[in-house]
Amino acid sequence: MSQKYLLAGTIVLSVVFAPLSAALRAQSPAAPQTAHAAKKQTVAKHKSHQPGDEGERIFEQNCSRCHTAPEGFSPRISGTIVHHMRVRASLSQHDQQELLRFLNP
Amino acid sequence: MSHFATVALMSRPILESTFFRMARSARFAAFALTLLCAIQYGNAQNTPLLSGGVGFFTSTNGGNTTYMPTIQPLLAAPIGNRFLIESRAILLENFFPKGNGQSGYDHNHFIGLAYLEGDYFLTPHITVVGGSFLIPFGTYNERLTPIWIGNFQAGPLISSLGTMSTGTGVGGMLRGSAISRPKYSFDYATWFSARSANEQFNSKRSFGVRTDLYLPPSRLEIGLSYGRLLQGTHENFYGMHVWWEPKDTAFRLRSEFARGHHAQGYWIEADYRTQAFGGLDSWVGRFEPVFRMQQTFRRDTIESDGLPLVNTQRADFGLDYNLPHNTRILTSYSRQFSSSGNENIWETGIVYRFLFPAWKGKSQ
Repeated sequence: MSQKYLLAGTIVLSVVFAPLSAALRAQSPAAPQTAHAAKKQTVAKHKSHQPGDEGERIFEQNCSRCHTAPEGFSPRISGTIVHHMRVRASLSQHDQQELLRFLNP
Repeated sequence: MSHFATVALMSRPILESTFFRMARSARFAAFALTLLCAIQYGNAQNTPLLSGGVGFFTSTNGGNTTYMPTIQPLLAAPIGNRFLIESRAILLENFFPKGNGQSGYDHNHFIGLAYLEGDYFLTPHITVVGGSFLIPFGTYNERLTPIWIGNFQAGPLISSLGTMSTGTGVGGMLRGSAISRPKYSFDYATWFSARSANEQFNSKRSFGVRTDLYLPPSRLEIGLSYGRLLQGTHENFYGMHVWWEPKDTAFRLRSEFARGHHAQGYWIEADYRTQAFGGLDSWVGRFEPVFRMQQTFRRDTIESDGLPLVNTQRADFGLDYNLPHNTRILTSYSRQFSSSGNENIWETGIVYRFLFPAWKGKSQ
């Protein structure tokens, strides 16, 4: 494989990736939530929350940018997790409180 | 070389197995445990947690395979509602073929703290950090070095640019969210590090700043970083990152550019999980193809930043599989081009992420 082919491959992949994701998105309009929100359900599937909840929005927009959600954790450490993420993800105090409310409604 | 090994080597010199060094690490652990035992909790949700990853990795380069079992525990312990102590340790063993025509394997190991910091929530928008912290230059060092997060075993070629070669600073940092609105948010981190030759907390005298603008509607993040080395030859480092995660998809695009006094480079990484065949938790949806392109360019031939000594291009093709129970399988093939020779690098690994209370706490 030469550098020329490598560069060409990179460009082709970049061009293909975005439309592909858009196409798949268009194929599944019935999907009620985002991909990472679906993963999030495994974290808090034992809890109920209302769509549009601000904590959910904060979770989707901040946490899944770096990592997939862990499959469940004890509610006894939810406050500690949110403290930790306030530092790592540079959340404001308001975001921290909403996120905690989302994890522990 | 795996990214955690890179970080370990960046952080401080290779630690050979000596009794005294082990004893020093044990003393740190005992100190942390004592401190933890003294903590009083504000409420039952603030039980200290133990998280981290356990992994086993292999890397084959030029027919030589190295094996690396590792564990990276993370401890977070809040004290009241305003103070948090957190630390991450790295323990790894490295088995590699003996050189010079000898058969068999040799090994070394590394035990150390990636960071140990105290966080004080001063105001809703300012957090004061003190201790040994990961230098917030770009995104890789702070966000992607945990083995349970990174998509590739090996870190980017430019990961040492801007992190002052140690990856950690010893001093203080102010950080937080300056503005957080539904349509945009702006956060910052500014730090100063003193010079430290301590084996566990090695750092260089330096300072820096990072700012991020995040646009939630378009899931776009743009950030700028700056760092300045304040010892020896004073050098400036500049960085920029762009992350994009289109809404309603499991596609992520991450990229970073960094420029140092002697070299510069970039990486672009894309990963995707399909929902088209039964969702993300279907056996197909658990596959995660990953691609990363990276290039480095020398500005001169002075070796001081950890980047290759000649211009280098590298393409990484990965295929990860997200098993149930917080377990991931990472595989990748990389092709690296440079005037010093082309290389094929094959890497495989399995990582389990754990997360639980450090001990049984009171129920609410």
